[in-house]
Amino acid sequence: MRFHPDAGQRAFAGSLHALLTAAGTPAVARDWARGDHARGRALWSRIAGAGVFGLAVAEEYGGAGPHPVDLAVAFVELGRHAVPGPLAETVGAAVLLAGSASARRFLPELAAGTELATVAAPGGWAVDGDAASVRLRPAAEGLYLSTAPPGPARRSLDPARRLTRLAPAGELLRAAAPYDRALLWTRLATAAQALGVGLALLDRTVDHVRRRTQFGVPVGSFQAVKHRLADAKTALEFARPLVFGAAVSLRPAEVAAAKLAAGEAAYTTARTALHLHGAIGYTAEYDLSLWLTKARALRSAWGTPEECRDLVLAQGL
Amino acid sequence: MDLSLSTVDEEFRAEARAWLAAHVPRTPLPSLETAEGFAAHRAWEAELAADRWSVVSWPERYGGRDAGLLRWLVFEEEYWAAGAPGRVGQNGISLLAPTLFAYGTEEQRARVLPPMATGEVVWAQAWSEPEAGSDLAALTSRAVRTDGGWLLAGQKTWSSRAAFADRAFGLFRSDPAAPEPHQGLTYLMFDLRAPGVTVRPIGRLDGRPAFAEVFLDGVFVPDEDVIGEPGQGWRIAMSTAGDERGITLRSPGRFLAAAARLRELWRAQGSPAHARARVADALVRARAYQLFAYAAVSRLLEGARLGPESSMNKVFWSELDLALHETALDLLGPEGELADGAWAEGYVFALAGPVYAGTNEIQRDIVAERLLGLPKGRR
Ligand SMILES: Cc1cc2nc3c(=O)[nH]c(=O)nc-3n(C[C@H](O)[C@H](O)[C@H](O)COP(=O)(O)OP(=O)(O)OC[C@H]3O[C@@H](n4cnc5c(N)ncnc54)[C@H](O)[C@@H]3O)c2cc1C
Repeated sequence: MRFHPDAGQRAFAGSLHALLTAAGTPAVARDWARGDHARGRALWSRIAGAGVFGLAVAEEYGGAGPHPVDLAVAFVELGRHAVPGPLAETVGAAVLLAGSASARRFLPELAAGTELATVAAPGGWAVDGDAASVRLRPAAEGLYLSTAPPGPARRSLDPARRLTRLAPAGELLRAAAPYDRALLWTRLATAAQALGVGLALLDRTVDHVRRRTQFGVPVGSFQAVKHRLADAKTALEFARPLVFGAAVSLRPAEVAAAKLAAGEAAYTTARTALHLHGAIGYTAEYDLSLWLTKARALRSAWGTPEECRDLVLAQGL
Repeated sequence: MDLSLSTVDEEFRAEARAWLAAHVPRTPLPSLETAEGFAAHRAWEAELAADRWSVVSWPERYGGRDAGLLRWLVFEEEYWAAGAPGRVGQNGISLLAPTLFAYGTEEQRARVLPPMATGEVVWAQAWSEPEAGSDLAALTSRAVRTDGGWLLAGQKTWSSRAAFADRAFGLFRSDPAAPEPHQGLTYLMFDLRAPGVTVRPIGRLDGRPAFAEVFLDGVFVPDEDVIGEPGQGWRIAMSTAGDERGITLRSPGRFLAAAARLRELWRAQGSPAHARARVADALVRARAYQLFAYAAVSRLLEGARLGPESSMNKVFWSELDLALHETALDLLGPEGELADGAWAEGYVFALAGPVYAGTNEIQRDIVAERLLGLPKGRR
């Protein structure tokens, strides 16, 4: 037993953090929200170049995987930097296609970051169908590649997530797709991403309350402020081991628990962050909004709190 | 990252499980917060110690198994899953012992630890005073130098189980002229039955005489019972406090077992929808606490030290404990009012969690200032 990141994983996180900091992700996310994907795609291929998507793709198709723990490490960083795009969905697509006759056709591009994939969620909306070229529509008869152009992109609460309906017409890629397994990976990636979103919200808020003065002192010296941040920190730090524990076991209930805890921690941190920034926290102009809105969106993506609780209660941990 | 246990650790788990299955009392012992229960629990400590299960992580020469922290966690999982009794020796084992390991002399360890392991000597923690609770450094009880030792005078309060315990450890002001309140304090051990000591039990919320006031009037303590250097008590005490809030006082096994029982209770009541989310959240939080402990132990085993993250731990377990028990009482409905059930007793115990071991406000200050780097405000 050795349950904490090793030196390699810490270095991987550090190099992604540096890459994403240099890339100026807030501006990329704002472009993406307008439907301008050029800078996002360039960033995407650098993320792929760092090996991120390959962690969900087997070596024979150009990946290095499967490595769920490293994937979780990476997704925490993607969340911390509010990277836009169908990140978890591309991971889910890779799992849906693995081992199928279509694997060779799609997986090398997904691993290399030259293609983006999205997957229609139960209920029908797909994230970033306008940006993704591989649009997968799970159905009872099997897994379809949606070939017709997607419906118009609608705004999500998170402006950087563009929601589309996938056209029903398409090509049947495989009859029996591993939906359960794909859901586990997508959910795990979403949980890790949410954790990263929460960590960024906390960092930015701590920074803000140290600098912002009222009544002649930093607002961060007021106990009511400190205690909300201490609670946010505690919630995030106790969600973290659940995310990595889930990555180690990949058991459905563990992944659900991770999604639940990380989603809730990120969301309550978002509420705290908005509040402690005062009015500036309520503005779209200020970059904090990129994380605030994402925390809300990720909370229901790929497993609402209630769905996750059902799994925990049914299976135990 | 790896969550699997080695074969030897799994063997250890199996051995502990088998032993507990054969030894855990079939009917619960009376509450350890009563004289009768205290005696029964003391006998249970002796039974544990006879087969060296009372302090598995300690070195063998003091009655342990040299089993390390990871196996201690494993043991605790088995211990609480087996429904074994609460530990009456816990204050000594989880607070004084780590302090002696870090700051005591070999002579002190050899003298103090073995009878602690067997429950022959049960320890109370004498830190708080009537005017020094959250502001512990405001304490005024004195230790005055005398031939071959110190004379104690003053008053301690809220000492858990002091009504029945044998000895106590605590902080005393040995240099009243020291410029700062946390300077000039000395950490020492004394006998609760020594001349000059008066112990007055205080009824807890449920009336049980669990904790006590301790009046000290010229109580002699020999030099050999001073822990570390005189005047260095604060630093030593803060290390003990870290242990108190860290993983060892409230092991994950305890909450895992309680959460599993809560799920059974919920099912037995027909899985009512009103408690669904709370039961699920309790399971998730207990698991989070377990994994957080595994991560902490992994770091400790690689030479890290537990720092202010102990304070997050304390807030987390105290709130989890309360949530678990409140949910159980709600599930029991009108039955939950009965004071003699296991959930009710656990509930009364859990109510104090956010207060003792440093209140949760104090812990949140530590998290904010020491982990998040926020400025110190007015205390
Ligand atoms: C069941 C139980 C067992 C105990 N066992 C022991 C024991 O064995 N040995 C021992 O020495 N002590 C023991 N204690 C005492 C415990 O450590 C103290 O109660 C605790 O430190 C709080 O001190 P206080 O009760 O004086 O409350 P106070 O310090 O008076 O606090 C009252 C309230 O004010 C808040 N407050 C105080 N200062 C601040 C601040 N700076 N910022 C924000 N809020 C603040 C507190 O959080 C609390 O809510 C025990 C207590 C209980 C309930």
